[in-house]
Amino acid sequence: MSSIIGPASFEFFGIFPAAILSFILPVVGVGLFAYIMARRLAPLVRAAPDFRMDHIGRRIQKLIVIWLGQIRQPRYMLAGVLHIVIFAGFLILSIRSVSLVIIGLSDGFVMPGFGGWLGVVYNILKDYAATFVLIACIIAGIRRGVFKPARYAVPEKYGKDHTAEAVFVLGIIATLMISESLFEASELAYALQETGDAHFVAPLTLVWIFKHMLSGASFEFLQGLHIFSYFLHDVTFFFFLCFLPLGKHFHVITSLFNVFFMRLDKGKIKPVRHGVTAEQLDDLESFGVKKLEDFTWKHMLDFYSCADCGRCSDQCPANAVGRPLSPRFITIKARDLMFKNYPLSGEIYKSSMLVEDIYTEDEIWSCTTCGACEEECPLAIEYIDKMVDLRRGMVDEGMVPQSLQKPLKALEKRGNPYGKMEKKRADWALEKDFKTAYTIKNLAKDAADTLYFVDSITSYDDNIQEIARHTAVILQHAGVDFGILGKAEKDSGHEVLRFGEEMLYQDLKEQNTRAILDTGVKQIVTADPHAYNALKNDYNGLPPVRHISQVVAEKILNGALSLKPCLDPDKVYVYHDPCYLGRHNGVYEDPRQALDAIDGLTRVELEKSRDRSFCCGGGGLMLFYEPEEDTRMGVLRVNMAAEAGANVIVTACPFCLVNIQDAIKVAGKEGEMAALDFTELIARHLR
Amino acid sequence: MEILVCVKRVPDTAENEFELNSAGNDLDRDDLVYSVNEWDNYAVEEAIQIVDNAGGSVTVVTVGDDESEEVLRREMAMGANNGVLLSDEAFEGSDGKGIAAILKAEIEKGKYDLILTGAQADEGAGQVGGMLAAMLDYPYASLVNKIEVVDDATIKVGREIEGGNQEMNEIQLPCVLSIQTGINEPRYVGIRGIRKVASVDIPIKGAGDLGIDAATVGDAGAKTKRVDYFVPDLGDGAEMLEGSTDEIIEKLIEKLKAKGGL
Repeated sequence: MSSIIGPASFEFFGIFPAAILSFILPVVGVGLFAYIMARRLAPLVRAAPDFRMDHIGRRIQKLIVIWLGQIRQPRYMLAGVLHIVIFAGFLILSIRSVSLVIIGLSDGFVMPGFGGWLGVVYNILKDYAATFVLIACIIAGIRRGVFKPARYAVPEKYGKDHTAEAVFVLGIIATLMISESLFEASELAYALQETGDAHFVAPLTLVWIFKHMLSGASFEFLQGLHIFSYFLHDVTFFFFLCFLPLGKHFHVITSLFNVFFMRLDKGKIKPVRHGVTAEQLDDLESFGVKKLEDFTWKHMLDFYSCADCGRCSDQCPANAVGRPLSPRFITIKARDLMFKNYPLSGEIYKSSMLVEDIYTEDEIWSCTTCGACEEECPLAIEYIDKMVDLRRGMVDEGMVPQSLQKPLKALEKRGNPYGKMEKKRADWALEKDFKTAYTIKNLAKDAADTLYFVDSITSYDDNIQEIARHTAVILQHAGVDFGILGKAEKDSGHEVLRFGEEMLYQDLKEQNTRAILDTGVKQIVTADPHAYNALKNDYNGLPPVRHISQVVAEKILNGALSLKPCLDPDKVYVYHDPCYLGRHNGVYEDPRQALDAIDGLTRVELEKSRDRSFCCGGGGLMLFYEPEEDTRMGVLRVNMAAEAGANVIVTACPFCLVNIQDAIKVAGKEGEMAALDFTELIARHLR
Repeated sequence: MEILVCVKRVPDTAENEFELNSAGNDLDRDDLVYSVNEWDNYAVEEAIQIVDNAGGSVTVVTVGDDESEEVLRREMAMGANNGVLLSDEAFEGSDGKGIAAILKAEIEKGKYDLILTGAQADEGAGQVGGMLAAMLDYPYASLVNKIEVVDDATIKVGREIEGGNQEMNEIQLPCVLSIQTGINEPRYVGIRGIRKVASVDIPIKGAGDLGIDAATVGDAGAKTKRVDYFVPDLGDGAEMLEGSTDEIIEKLIEKLKAKGGL
């Protein structure tokens, strides 16, 4: 090897051993880091419980796919690829960074096992990693600093711009890459000049470039550069470590845990308090999240983990229509509050009512729980459960807008949000033409093996009752022996739960569960994805539940149903994925297969489809809420369908139908565009 | 400030489809759901807000049968501190004056600075507040849409005047006010709130407890009696369109077209 002096043996001005510095830096760095982390953990210790140690196998799988595999990153291609490069580089270089710290104490230290061929391979790998990370940092820096993509902008009401922090950190990372490479290049250049010993260096890496650049430098310069770059790396490394927990780069540390402890089951809502059963709810002093410490520790970890990438808000339909909600700032405002109330030193402050302090009522009511934000977040941060918890807190304090109080009261008294009479729940079956051709069994009197769960909107809304009749026609054609609950059916309570009125939801759930189990049916079918999700994911102990599109797809496949060629072959159809069928339950293909089984039907795809579907405006109680907004979600959706070249929007949800029908009128596209429910399209094409 | 709010249990207009009974002298009440009279709910919210700022307590009182206890609990779940149910067979069939007389007897047993009623209830007479004030010899303001507490002896009350103008009056305590909807945004009361006050004791007082002569209230004392209750016959030029919403709309468009309205 060369005779360049390494940092462990070097003496500043010939007297002061550099090794002392190499010793002090890690001790101080790690000590400070441990202190900061301890302070950061303080709020999590005081937080509400959250049971996340279950299903370890599935958690490890999520960790491999979402954290290690970065599967969600390329959904935003350029930013995603840059992140993957930097992330992979960090993983590879972590070994080098640790050995560099020890090299400061012991010259030429090599990690155990890295002495032989593994070390050679690793060296090549890490040299390319550092090079690519630097390139990625430069591109990212230009992107953030010069082109400034719109999704990073911080609206004035949410505080200051975050670009400076982002660019600063890119600078730190670049410094680490350059100093690490210079440290090595200076040693190699020294050796080359002294002994002519040309070590292999991976071509076109930073080390390779620096080595060539330094080929004519003096021994003195190379020696100085070697020591300087070592300590530049060491100082930057420990500075960065301690800087991470102070802002959005905390995710470098927390992401591993955040993904491991992520929510596994879609479509479900967390219990009011983990460890408290429905029967024990009456004993709770307070409901939901009112103060910071009412969040669970996992939800706090979410706040720490946000990388401020803005993808949630970019996908959020509420944000898109100008409602006062941006999921990104739900997180960032909470993190700012955590940093403020739990400072790095000194006393911990008491938090006040969050809705008033950092959030507004309208902000929390604006969410349709469509789940687009959660689907997108590369760190698996949750939003729906937080919204529901905040709403539970607001309901408990009586903070419910008048527009929602009426339907909630009607649900309490009549079991439907319209305040219609219970005995009229099955009136949809009494329509003249329908009644003469079909008789619907009432399971209170007759037996059947399938229950058709209709739910409130389809039972009572004049227009939407068509869905009930079409569903019944399809089931009958498919040879399904089914009946309904009639007046024993109550609203599924899907939105009652999601709007935070837990006790009313429990009441509806209990009544429906009892009514369903009393009938002894073997399976349940519904045409309402919200009811589907409620019965499948919110309720428990019920027979299997299927959406009508799943039944249709299956019956077409086994030949029980056959469809006529397309009656309107000139039309262009597009299928709009309802949030609670698609994103929350993964039913994407069945409705499409059924549509494609109609011969001669032209079907196009929306750019935002499947798990990136754009919410139509929300269902259940959301129909009653009067939000502040610039435009309707449905209008944006109708425009998207028009851009895709479609003139018939097929939905598979009564609420989507209502919202999109209204939106077509608002958008002034009556006559050009039409909305059609899946059941109507199928019923019309039954052979 | 000690505030008493008079409330009433009424059929809920939002959650019922009203039909006349077979005798034709009242609603068919078999399938009705009841709730607190909407105006009274605003009055209770206002009382709670005043007490939150100025201290004191809110008592809700109603004249009715056992089932009326439900509305008292709902208002207590909202934040009213006490409830009193005035119930007696002798009270049945009271007219407005009878109700006012019963309330007056209860009010005189306590010491209230402010008495609130809703501007009107299900029968639309809007008479109890005014009569109550007269019987108590208290000052009275009706259709109040704004209250500002000045001091222990005075408050300012507002009222909306025809054309959207606002009037403010100073009024001496104790006084009676009838409250208009829109004065505030009443808070939500969920099932959980009602369960929390489910076991709170609500005293029931009858004619004897209040020192009322049974002959002066109820059917016996009523000087106004309802003699008929009906849906008015369609007059000339009025027509009810029937059918589903779509059919009604279609018929309406046809008619408008026929008359040159479209």
